[in-house]
Amino acid sequence: MAVTNQEETGLAGEPTRRDMIYVATGAVVAGGVAMLAWPLIDQMNPSADTRALASTEFDVSKVPEGSQTKIMWRGKPVFVRHRTPAEIAQGTKDDTADLKDPQTNFQRTQQSNAQPGKPEYLIMEANCTHLGCIPVGISEPGYLGEYGGWFCPCHGSHYDTAGRIRKGPAPKNLHIPPYIYTGETVVKIG
Amino acid sequence: MSGPSTYVPKSGLEKWLDTRLPIVRFMNDTLVDFPTPKNLNYWYTFGGILAVCLASQIITGIILAMHYVPNVAFAFDSVERIMRDVNYGWLIRYLHSNGASMFFLAVYIHIFRGLYYGSYKAPREVLWGLGVIIFLLMIITAFMGYVLPWGQMSLWGATVITNIVGAVPFIGDPIKTWLLGGFAVDNTTLNRFFSLHYLLPFVIAGVVVLHIWALHVPGNNNPTGVEVQDVKKETLPFHPYYTVKDGFAICVFLLIFAGFVFFGPNTLGHPDNYIPANNQVTPSHIVPEWYLLPFYAILRAITFDILIIDAKFGGVLAMGGAILILFALPWLDSSKIKSMRYRPVARMWWFAFVLNFLMLGICGAMPAEPPWTLISLLCTIFYFAYFLVVLPVLGVIEKPQTPPASIADSILASKHGSAGLSSAAVPAE
Repeated sequence: MAVTNQEETGLAGEPTRRDMIYVATGAVVAGGVAMLAWPLIDQMNPSADTRALASTEFDVSKVPEGSQTKIMWRGKPVFVRHRTPAEIAQGTKDDTADLKDPQTNFQRTQQSNAQPGKPEYLIMEANCTHLGCIPVGISEPGYLGEYGGWFCPCHGSHYDTAGRIRKGPAPKNLHIPPYIYTGETVVKIG
Repeated sequence: MSGPSTYVPKSGLEKWLDTRLPIVRFMNDTLVDFPTPKNLNYWYTFGGILAVCLASQIITGIILAMHYVPNVAFAFDSVERIMRDVNYGWLIRYLHSNGASMFFLAVYIHIFRGLYYGSYKAPREVLWGLGVIIFLLMIITAFMGYVLPWGQMSLWGATVITNIVGAVPFIGDPIKTWLLGGFAVDNTTLNRFFSLHYLLPFVIAGVVVLHIWALHVPGNNNPTGVEVQDVKKETLPFHPYYTVKDGFAICVFLLIFAGFVFFGPNTLGHPDNYIPANNQVTPSHIVPEWYLLPFYAILRAITFDILIIDAKFGGVLAMGGAILILFALPWLDSSKIKSMRYRPVARMWWFAFVLNFLMLGICGAMPAEPPWTLISLLCTIFYFAYFLVVLPVLGVIEKPQTPPASIADSILASKHGSAGLSSAAVPAE
């Protein structure tokens, strides 16, 4: 112990009462700081009301063929796109293309219970996987990118008709939220 | 140039205080008697200008906080209420929003001055590093402040920038959620940004104190880059010689500031931020405030994967690296000569660096389309090459001119040089 006065060291280098207090106090301080730090850090994580995973139900038949709509889930928008047969065919054809984040057109419309979904309805979180902007899709004015799916105007990411990243800085395909069809046309997200 | 104190307490009160809390002595040594090189030019007044900017931002900010409501339902309207209903609210808000721009204008000039005169070199590496920390804190503070009015640019700027954190592999996403307090930028985020936006300026003020302390140990650099050798011959007391020079520069600077506030208060802003935030529609073209454009361009310049680093994380690394590399600058520049006045080749590269930085700013304001993507990439490469290749190599291969032996010599030489132009006008000293 650096703080121990030599003259106070016990016989044969035995620790003294002061050494004992020094170590005990240090241990309590270290433990206390660690225990207090966690609540102070964790209070910034999502609170119970935010975490309460609101699931949302949506009737996909409300989306006409060849258009898309945005619904809100967990405070974020979700795309529901009703694809045309041509767009589905293009998506399947591109399964063999050079994909940055390889996924087949089939996987892109799979339900979260691993059952096949409906190929005409593409349900995806609407935030670009680059920095979170909302890409421009069909039924909105603007450029749709080189692959006819979505184009993110912020930093120029191009997504194809299956929402897969094809060009630009985004690293991943548009994220698919967990969803299950609870009826013929009703989907439950979350 | 902290030497022995020259302060002599005059009144009885000062004598009494001096043996208890020598604060008058401290202020005197720092702001009055502090020996300052005689040859500082107007580029050296920006430190004082920046102190005024910080004070102005803190005062107007505290006032705005009295009227602003940090809640997504009221934030936008409370800012409009400040503009329309609060007495002189328009003036205080325009001073604050334009003040941020003026603060950055001044800090960029201050930084480029340091780059030109080699103010980062020994023995001022710590002074320079503290300056970089202040610059980083300013960026974070300004970014959070821009979120508070809760317009479209506020929301989407915040979304884009917090997603930068999410780009860090593995731990990025939990950290992003932790920062936001949710899964998207929302009320929780606005609240904490307000809290931190209020806190950070005081942290900046603290680091400024350290910055000035680190300045006052070796003393000011000067345009010759030659250290003071004879304090009596080569320096002047800070007051009145530099208080008046800084004061004059501050007045001119404030005139320009006032010009923006009264005649173009929204010139430097973005009209989209007068649209209330909407989390379903991204503005077609997201741009940060002008002072962050060069770094934004660097972020967007990386559109390809580099080995195992994907494009997204690559852009983030490049942007972060563009600022962090400044910390290493004192050890990257290999030249023994401080001032670029005596380094003709390095001087050309410095001018190229400034133009390149301005070009990056233009790129940052442009859409992410060809040809701007390519220009951004080239400018980013040059930005890093200046620090990693040009400055380390030039110090070895260039043939610099010989700097004057001392500040006193350089002052004499410039007097002789201008004698022909104004032979009768040399002031008697």
